[in-house]
Amino acid sequence: MKLITDFRNSEISRRLIKKIEEESSSESGYTIMEVCGTHTVSIFKYGIRSVLPENVSLISGPGCPVCVTSQGEIDAIFQIVKNNNVSLLTFGDLMKVPGSSGENLINLRSEGKDIRVMLSPLDAVKTAAREPDREFVFVGIGFETTAPAIASAVLEAKNMGLNNFSILPYCKTMPEVLGYLLDDPKLDINGFLCPGHVSVVTGKNIYQPLAQKGKAAVITGFEPLDILSSILQIIRQVNSGDYCVYNNYSRVVSDNGNRKAVQIMDTVFEPCSAVWRGLGELEDSGLGLKEEFSLFNSLEKFNVRVPQVSEKKGCRCGDVLKGHIKPNLCPLFSLQCNPENPVGPCMVSSEGACSAYYKFN
Amino acid sequence: MCLGLPGEIIEKDEFSAVVDIGGTKREVSLMMLPEEVRIGDYVMVHVGFAISKMDPEEARKTLETIMEIADEIDY
Repeated sequence: MKLITDFRNSEISRRLIKKIEEESSSESGYTIMEVCGTHTVSIFKYGIRSVLPENVSLISGPGCPVCVTSQGEIDAIFQIVKNNNVSLLTFGDLMKVPGSSGENLINLRSEGKDIRVMLSPLDAVKTAAREPDREFVFVGIGFETTAPAIASAVLEAKNMGLNNFSILPYCKTMPEVLGYLLDDPKLDINGFLCPGHVSVVTGKNIYQPLAQKGKAAVITGFEPLDILSSILQIIRQVNSGDYCVYNNYSRVVSDNGNRKAVQIMDTVFEPCSAVWRGLGELEDSGLGLKEEFSLFNSLEKFNVRVPQVSEKKGCRCGDVLKGHIKPNLCPLFSLQCNPENPVGPCMVSSEGACSAYYKFN
Repeated sequence: MCLGLPGEIIEKDEFSAVVDIGGTKREVSLMMLPEEVRIGDYVMVHVGFAISKMDPEEARKTLETIMEIADEIDY
């Protein structure tokens, strides 16, 4: 498929690398954050870090929804499953994330709990409709890319009159966390590779605060030419001091985003405060269900409060998510914490920075 | 989690379509697409929904820009 394969051309990649070498002339160097977990994986998969000059460094950001889900939110899933006769429906990424007790959803399933992996929130609704005598809880995790799909599932369940289906409203949004990163005195980032598929929904305006604060912001696809040309674009913005939001993924992302998806999301959800792993509570960074959809809120339905839980001793996922350290600087990395025995979510999720470092280094 | 997979529409009705994603056929919802799509169009698919129609013309423009940059290299 040319829309993909043309963006994997090795000869043009080689030329772009040469161009990056030529133009990365600043003595202070260039620090670029790839916000999105899917970018992290692509960067490793194509060996992009290894071909960049020493003064161009890429750091991973908080763009893996599973990784930033707080320990309290994870523990609330376990509470609901253990204390109620419910079937849990979830995306596969969550299956190995440990609760505070150390056990994960795979362990619970082996103990006889009904836990099923879903590819789509709509499949979750269809499952609940097929089995009206069972109670179903869907774990609604994701950023703006996924939130409209979860909202659609809630709307569908309401239209069908399902009373055996609810969701854990754990979606989070990008602008607030980007604001947090901008205000972090420990971070000195020159530019951001902005998430491609979040931008499909949001459009480019959510990144304007980055440019206004003197940061390059480039919406980027996931192929080698996408990433390399975006890195070059960031270097050029830094060199010129002329910062803007540049859409380098216009074959998929329109500047105004997908208004229909935003409308669906806004019909069901409203902004609320949310706790991000490692970052703490960020106002208006979550998506709570609106009052008229409260019957579909699992937390209310099963009278569960998300507990405040401190993060695991020794685990530095929080610092990894903030870009303060690279995963290999965590004392648990690869020793106590590896894909077979993950301690923190950044090692569990296939898009987690620790998992990518472990797999590709 | 924000993974999107490009797929070609091979069948469609008003609200859904069957897409070919690298040889795998999957039914997807079209309810989130702001524009009309036809058989043969490519869409970006995320968790069972087509979220964006892919634009070959924009792909061509982006590639052209990249090629222009790459051709600036002096050997």
